[in-house]
Amino acid sequence: MSAALLYALAGAALFAIGLAGLLLQPHLLRKILAFNILGSGAFLILVGLGQRDGIIDPVPQAMVLTGIVVAIAATALALALARQLLDLTGQMRLPEDRPDTEPADD
Amino acid sequence: MIDPWLPALVVLSSFLPGLVIFFLAEERIRLRTALNLIGAFAKIALIGVMLWGVLNDHEYVFRHTVLPGLDLVLKADALALLFVTLSAVLWLFTTLYAIGYLEGAPNRSRFFGFFSLCVTATVGVAMAGNLFTFFLFYELLTLATYPLVVHRGTEKALRAGHIYLAYTLGGGALLLIGTVWLYGVAGQVDFAPGGTLSTLTPDTAGQLQIIFLLLIAGLGVKAALVPLHGWLPMAMVAPAPVSALLHAVAVVKAGAFGIVRVVYEVYGIEFAQSLALLLPLAIAASITIIWGSLRALFQDDLKRRLAYSTVSQVAYIVLGVTLFGPLGTLGGLVHLVHQGIMKITLFFCAGNYAETLGIHKVSEMDGVGRRMPWTTLAFTLGAFGMIGVPPLAGFISKWYLGLGALEAGMPWVLAVLAASSLLNAAYFLPILHRAWFRPPSTAWPHESIPQRGRWETAPLLLLPPLATAAATLVVGLFAASDFSPLDWAKLIADREYLQWTP
Amino acid sequence: MTDFPDPLPWLIVLPLLWGTLAFLLGPGRGGRLAIAAIALQGVLALQLAGQLLDDGSRVYAVGGWGAPLGIDLMADGLAAVMLLLTQAVALPLAVFARGYFAASPKGRELFWPLTGFLLAALNALFVSADLFNIYVTLELLGLAAVGLVAIAGGRQPVTAAMRYLFATLLGSGAYLLGVALIYGSYGSVSLAVLTPLLTSEAPLAVTLAAALILTGLLLKTALFPFHFWLPPAHGGAPAPVSALLSALVIKASFYLVLRLWLELFAPLATVAAAQLIGALGAAAILWGSWLALTQTRLKMLVAYSTVAQVGYLFLLFPLATLVPLGAADSAVQGGVMQAVAHGLAKAAMFAAAGSMIVATGRDDIGRLGGVGARLPLTLFSFGLAGVTLMGLPPSGGFSAKWLLLMAALESGQWWWVAVMIAGGLLTAAYVFKVLRRAFLPVAEGDRVTRVPRTLEFSAFALALAAILLGLFGAPLLELLAVGRAA
Repeated sequence: MSAALLYALAGAALFAIGLAGLLLQPHLLRKILAFNILGSGAFLILVGLGQRDGIIDPVPQAMVLTGIVVAIAATALALALARQLLDLTGQMRLPEDRPDTEPADD
Repeated sequence: MIDPWLPALVVLSSFLPGLVIFFLAEERIRLRTALNLIGAFAKIALIGVMLWGVLNDHEYVFRHTVLPGLDLVLKADALALLFVTLSAVLWLFTTLYAIGYLEGAPNRSRFFGFFSLCVTATVGVAMAGNLFTFFLFYELLTLATYPLVVHRGTEKALRAGHIYLAYTLGGGALLLIGTVWLYGVAGQVDFAPGGTLSTLTPDTAGQLQIIFLLLIAGLGVKAALVPLHGWLPMAMVAPAPVSALLHAVAVVKAGAFGIVRVVYEVYGIEFAQSLALLLPLAIAASITIIWGSLRALFQDDLKRRLAYSTVSQVAYIVLGVTLFGPLGTLGGLVHLVHQGIMKITLFFCAGNYAETLGIHKVSEMDGVGRRMPWTTLAFTLGAFGMIGVPPLAGFISKWYLGLGALEAGMPWVLAVLAASSLLNAAYFLPILHRAWFRPPSTAWPHESIPQRGRWETAPLLLLPPLATAAATLVVGLFAASDFSPLDWAKLIADREYLQWTP
Repeated sequence: MTDFPDPLPWLIVLPLLWGTLAFLLGPGRGGRLAIAAIALQGVLALQLAGQLLDDGSRVYAVGGWGAPLGIDLMADGLAAVMLLLTQAVALPLAVFARGYFAASPKGRELFWPLTGFLLAALNALFVSADLFNIYVTLELLGLAAVGLVAIAGGRQPVTAAMRYLFATLLGSGAYLLGVALIYGSYGSVSLAVLTPLLTSEAPLAVTLAAALILTGLLLKTALFPFHFWLPPAHGGAPAPVSALLSALVIKASFYLVLRLWLELFAPLATVAAAQLIGALGAAAILWGSWLALTQTRLKMLVAYSTVAQVGYLFLLFPLATLVPLGAADSAVQGGVMQAVAHGLAKAAMFAAAGSMIVATGRDDIGRLGGVGARLPLTLFSFGLAGVTLMGLPPSGGFSAKWLLLMAALESGQWWWVAVMIAGGLLTAAYVFKVLRRAFLPVAEGDRVTRVPRTLEFSAFALALAAILLGLFGAPLLELLAVGRAA
């Protein structure tokens, strides 16, 4: 088994773990962490498949760096929203909202 | 050259005033009236110019490409002008009537705005040069009439509006399917005398028959062909001017006129005959004639009785279309005009009774002829015309329909005409008897406009029905002279039959 | 033809600039700046469209580096149409937003900066020439959109924003995984390099990548059954935000699906996959319209209407895949026309709904009585937008429907005709549900106040544009044809 394939399989596993967490975990922090794991899985595949005959290809490295920045921004936004939701509802999970029965805020 | 723009200007002459009126403040009565009348007179003047041109074999065509292979075409040909002239003249009378009728009522800007849009749509339907353009204005007519049906905002009006929409939008959907399909089969074809589809290969015949069915079903909703007529009596909750112009003339005529266009200028009467499409349509029209008259017999509400009468009378036009031969065509086309003039008279009068004395029902009409002799005189002329008493307008129509039936070799149509005339008499004569010969009841249901000198009601309410009643007499008496509706219909019929040999 | 200034990069730089400045200047001056700058962007987009019509599609190398080291921007007819739509919708909405936030100031501080970033992301996305750059712009777009949903605060909007965030992150995660697989197979992310490499004998990994990328994008476009996140997000945000999201943001991911399906993944497309996407579209039309009809809140009704209208966009795929050329062209034109018409009409509809809510003080269809009398122009705009959504002529919606119907008949797929006609009738049902209420007199104890003129007129401008598109759509189709193989 080549190193590239190993990286790719590990990445796929991480992606699957992240996906399951994002969909199944009710706690918001866990969901946010799950998203980060999912993203890391994709990055690992990108870097892993990006090497040809052991020679490191710099382009995916650059892409992953960009991707990490994006992921950090997304995580920050998610944390800010989760914090706001905690203040508003007192809990760290998505409420079962029925928007059509709730009065509008505006 | 201004020529191509004339048809567009005729459409715009009510569209632009309508848009401005829509946004006028409620109390700007004079400006609103001025705009309405300027629009109405401008339209009539433009039509006058085009009548002269068309008589001298000129055609006015406005064409704008919307999408590749999809043109918006407005064309003023002889057939278009027949309907346009009718709507423009009656629009003028109805506008005057509506100004009197709605004096002091709320939401007049909205009313007159949509009213102008309706006339715009009707004129567009008349001058549409192909099926797409026709469909465009046909749907606009639906949208613009809806606010007028629900104008009063009562629960009853809203319910009627609901049913009206369900019927007309459903019909529009059928028309759209038929139109798209036809464009797919035949490409873009303009309306042309004699039709254009006869050149297609014979293997499309089956498709063309289904398309015909779709188109007629879509148009039959507005033309109120039984069993698609249910919306018309419901729509009578609208104010009287709406019933008068739109539901007696514009909307139902849009459907009937569409059938005329499809049969004569898309399929071609001779091709339609060869596809065996005319006989089923004739039977549907005959059933509608009898059924409408029968139902009219049992209505106590005056406007509903008139509505069922409309169902029956509009089917005469369709019947005329299906009678293969120029005389039948003549009868159908001339009835398009004659029915409009007569029925608008009747609805004006019904509005007068309701507005002046609060009379809505036939059973409340005892002796009303003494209190409102002029209105009742106009009503009498309209009713006799409908029955077909010579020399009134309705007689001319029925005469040519009868001749056309013989020419087409369908003598059973004569029986339908006779039965329907008897039924007409059966539901109109009792009204006249009550109005003229029964003693008046002690008090009218709700007298809101008192007798003032010689005016039995407000002048703006009285003059329009008198004018249209006079017209029913005039178009009948002078049917044989130049420029009468009959003369014009002859011109059209001559142009529709390409290979006709009697 | 002059090369300076090239409109392509400025369409991206300008909104980033004014977005940042608006953050510093505050909502008052920031809003004025934004309106002026969006107007300028509109001019640039028009200039670009003119250049494309003259010279055909073109590539711009950022900083003069060129791919693969630098980033390429690419503009063809399809991209130009989307750019024009974006600026045409954003300008009236910016005018609307100034009036709206004056009347209802919650969230106004963050609206302008986030809108700037949103527009920059949209413009950049439309002209991106490689898969990874598309990923970055998609993320920027998603984050800006989520931020906008949450700006007014409150339990329902923040919950909706959170849910929207997870949906959009999941979508871009799937997208990124697909990109990684494609890079692994071909060693490039440039669309121009990849398109000739990808053939129908592509390895399984590439097919998997295509499935992942398209699924991720469908999730972001809220195609049935991925629509769950859309109604609360679009229905709960302030009206100008709802309008931007419904009109533009979902169109971005639709644009990518369309472009990738027609170009990069064209060799992989199968009739079965296209029919499946079409079936999802049909389900969206029927289910979304039905749910719209059952709503009691005005903005939720309009939001479910978006779910339904998105369905029409995806009908183009079965009509454009492996069918005669004429039908395929007609289908693509119809789909893009629908995207443009829906963008204008839905922005008008959300704006009009926002005005009605400001005027009545509540978001309740049952309490709209009096709106017809006090806000005739707003109601008229709502009605005109409704005409487009129903697909009645003359309107952009009708032109779109006509093109799609012609494509359906030409390719012999009559079942889509039935779906489109039924959808039109259902749309009429929910539009008239609103209109008939608004015609009623004002109810006892309710009050309908007037709203600023700018609110009424900006909604009207959008609705009118949607109608005029139906009369003057031909130039748009001409622009769309630039750079597309005939």
